[in-house]
Amino acid sequence: MIKKFDKKDEEAGSGSNPFQHLEKSAVLQEARLFNETPINPRRCLHILTKILYLLNQGEHFGTMEATEAFFAMTRLFQSNDQTLRRMCYLTIKEMANISEDVIIVTSSLTKDMTGKEDVYRGPAIRALCRITDATMLQAIERYMKQAIVDKVPSVSSSALVSSLHMMKISYDVVKRWINEAQEAASSDNIMVQYHALGLLYYLRKNDRLAVAKMINKFTKSGLKSPFAYCMLIRIASRLLEESDKGHNSPLFDFIESCLRNKHEMVIYEAASAIIHLPNCTARELAPAVSVLQLFCSSPKPALRYAAVRTLNKVAMKHPSAVTACNLDLENLITDSNRSIATLAITTLLKTGSESSVDRLMKQISTFVSEISDEFKVVVVQAISALCQKYPRKHTVMMTFLSNMLRDDGGFEYKRAIVDCITSIIEENPDSKESGLAHLCEFIEDCEHTVLATKILHLLGREGPRTPNPSKYIRFVFNRVVLENEAVRAAAVSALAKFGAQNECLLPSVLVLLQRCMMDSDDEVRDRATFYFNVLKQKQISLNAAYILNGLTVSVLGMEKALHQYTLEPSEKPFDLKSVPLSTVPLVEQKADLAPVAGKQLGKTVPARQDIFQEQLAAIPEFKNLGQLFKSSEPIQLTEAETEYFVRCIKHVFTDHIVFQFDCTNTLNDQLLEKVIVQVEPSEGYEVVYYVPAASLPYNQPGICYTLVRLPEDESTAVSCTFNCTMKFVVRDCDPHTGVPDDEGYSDEYVLEDLEVTIEDHIQKVLKPNFGAAWDEVGDAYEKEETFALSTTKTLDDAVTNIIKFLGMQPCERSDKVPENKNSHVLYLSGVYRGGHDILVRSRLALADGVTMQVTVRSTDETPADVILAAVG
Amino acid sequence: MDAVLLDPSLYTVKAVLILDNDGERLFAKYYDETYPSVKEQKAFEKNIFNKTHRTDSEIALLEGLTVVYKSSIDLYFYVIGSSHENELMLMAVLNCLFDSLSQMLRKNVEKRTLLENMEGLFLAVDEIIDGGVILESDPQQVVHRVALRGDDVPLTEQTVSQVLQSAKEQIKWSLLR
Repeated sequence: MIKKFDKKDEEAGSGSNPFQHLEKSAVLQEARLFNETPINPRRCLHILTKILYLLNQGEHFGTMEATEAFFAMTRLFQSNDQTLRRMCYLTIKEMANISEDVIIVTSSLTKDMTGKEDVYRGPAIRALCRITDATMLQAIERYMKQAIVDKVPSVSSSALVSSLHMMKISYDVVKRWINEAQEAASSDNIMVQYHALGLLYYLRKNDRLAVAKMINKFTKSGLKSPFAYCMLIRIASRLLEESDKGHNSPLFDFIESCLRNKHEMVIYEAASAIIHLPNCTARELAPAVSVLQLFCSSPKPALRYAAVRTLNKVAMKHPSAVTACNLDLENLITDSNRSIATLAITTLLKTGSESSVDRLMKQISTFVSEISDEFKVVVVQAISALCQKYPRKHTVMMTFLSNMLRDDGGFEYKRAIVDCITSIIEENPDSKESGLAHLCEFIEDCEHTVLATKILHLLGREGPRTPNPSKYIRFVFNRVVLENEAVRAAAVSALAKFGAQNECLLPSVLVLLQRCMMDSDDEVRDRATFYFNVLKQKQISLNAAYILNGLTVSVLGMEKALHQYTLEPSEKPFDLKSVPLSTVPLVEQKADLAPVAGKQLGKTVPARQDIFQEQLAAIPEFKNLGQLFKSSEPIQLTEAETEYFVRCIKHVFTDHIVFQFDCTNTLNDQLLEKVIVQVEPSEGYEVVYYVPAASLPYNQPGICYTLVRLPEDESTAVSCTFNCTMKFVVRDCDPHTGVPDDEGYSDEYVLEDLEVTIEDHIQKVLKPNFGAAWDEVGDAYEKEETFALSTTKTLDDAVTNIIKFLGMQPCERSDKVPENKNSHVLYLSGVYRGGHDILVRSRLALADGVTMQVTVRSTDETPADVILAAVG
Repeated sequence: MDAVLLDPSLYTVKAVLILDNDGERLFAKYYDETYPSVKEQKAFEKNIFNKTHRTDSEIALLEGLTVVYKSSIDLYFYVIGSSHENELMLMAVLNCLFDSLSQMLRKNVEKRTLLENMEGLFLAVDEIIDGGVILESDPQQVVHRVALRGDDVPLTEQTVSQVLQSAKEQIKWSLLR
């Protein structure tokens, strides 16, 4: 294998790679040849090729050696060999970032760029711009302007594209070339036109009017280049998206007219643009869909792929629009390109009827092992969507998913399957047993810790409530024996949940936990010991509080509170009630079924409430209010596009409410000072303090606060309306310079009323096991009352209204009303201001209207009264 | 929906690759920071090769990127762009690259001839794409601009064995075909 590659070996080489065994040092040694006179173009060319090859292979060149080679290379400019010169340009570009002092070739390049030899000019411009920085750009500006309007297309294109690159370095200089670019845009050469259009758009991007004018001009005069058309379509659709003019504008007409272009590239771009426009009606989509349908039978795989991929996107929003293509899509199922076949099937799954599901699933299973993970995820997501649509098909899906789970696949893929099975189980009680069984089987041989812990958690939650919980115990305990620490700990928690809910299993669970107390890992041992001792007490309330419904506080807040506690040691025990509650994260709709890159945002963002807590604590007047209980969503107090823009966030504390007013002044000839928002409460609330925003310049948001105290005596009257008026001192100022007058005058501005409702006093808290929590709170403060909701016509509406009105968290998925039922029970949980748990069980019955029996339990009397008073 | 419409941009191509039939890199040019280090690039190339070399379909979605490809004897050509990019534009780039090389190499688009004309490849790619922007899409123009005078190399400069070798190769491939 010892092969020294020189000329001879290359000659004898039998089809192997002559560059394979290149050594960097040897090549650099050879580069000394550049200094010989006369220059041997062929040999120098070969050496330059070797250098470029090495760079291309990712070989690292040190600054010293690169600089040395670069300087030797500059001598080659003396040769007039065309190819050699061109390779020099390439070397310059490649080495621009590695070597030092690359600017010494500036004059040589400038000479070539303005010279007679057209073959040199374009590449020389591009090489020159690669080594030019902002300070030097001025020096070559004159040449660049000339080159942009040059009649040789390659020169003009090179100058335009280089200008585009240069914009990142010096926008202001390039902006001066706009007239030249404009001239180039009317060139006959298709590429020059494309590049000029691109550059013009970049230069005018921030000026919507100019962009609109530009589009108008080009749509009228027409373009030659299909690339330029694609660019224009993109610009037009961007503009259309930003303006809310609807789709009657000439922009939309232009895009639609492109559907009749003679280039497939343009037709496809137009169809794709129409489909991606928000709020497109079925009628507007129809022509785009029909061109895509034609593409489906194209002999070119790329075109078929593009068409079916775009149809797949349409099917997500408008399944009915795609049904017309079903026949064409079915033909694509057997496509030799697996990506096309997969996309065709998933599209069909979205548009097809219930009867076709079985057949499609069978077809997928024949080739699912041949496609890439990205597409497998797409398939799984399509199945997941299908299960929601046709719940009766869950047996077919479940078998299919479990087969997929057994196959090889990466983490993303497995996670998608597990998520899908989990959601089926949650949606569909009938499928629970089989789903759990499949998952149990999966964790027997699962290499992903995250998935194993997730499944164990699910088993702990769902397993104990199945008819035969004992069969899961074996699977769970196997994990304790065989897995790593994280999984073992999760398994211990799951075991404890079985023990807490199943009397008959308790003795065996206790034995198992006792064994876990011998574990080598601290966390596992701690959990086992803790659960063992809690379970031994055999008290329902303890089980509920410590095993079934875990902590509901925000982790960040907890950390802060504990840190504070350790800093100021006191006799008092640490009070968990002083820790802010964790807000229930909004359930993110997974509508995005497109295969996206597996790059997830892994950062933990501090909860919104923790940010507010910090902001408010920084204001001295609010220091003694205690822990922030709840912050509302922002409420707009002004119409859009008025002089001043004000929105309010309500921060609720134990005995006070702070209104945070975010104000923006949209008048550029005014400076506002000492801004406060005066509030007049309708009920027994008392305004305590105003924190003004010192000054409010044009378009810079400012914040002012108003503090009110909650009424003490009449504690059930929690709702209140506040009349709001913004008061401030105006100083007129010059709209251009922003310099204000010395004198100001007072003025006020009436805002819309602000409502405080029951919702603001209750924080949503999810109790994973409502029954246990219900028993834990007990009936000490239980209140019950029956109401008739005559205006509500369906159970769904009633449920939505109640949840919205009370602002509490629905538990046990009781917010979803099963179809064709006349009665429903809604479970709600939350924490009332001050830290008292509050649970609501609301029985609903549908007759002519909806009749509702509300039962409230709480750890204190007031909250229960408040709720009933509010409902009534 | 991932309807974050593409910012209208001329930067179309993320990378151009040419691999041999073992998946080794013969040529690679990355135009943005999707794969900043050589290690990541090689891993991506390996993945791409494993997923594509057995199939002759010309398009795939990999690691969230659209990949169009084409193979010729023992060479694999790839053009890579964002998954939102117009697939046909990428295809135009791939076709232009392939057709230009095919003309320059006189239809012998295979590893050995390509390696003997690396400078031609470097120059052609440079004429087709500049920093991710499509510079030219017409193979005729590209060949014209590269203006490689491979033909005017007098026969005497080629050694006898080289001539023999290339003749042998040509016969071999014509038989294999």
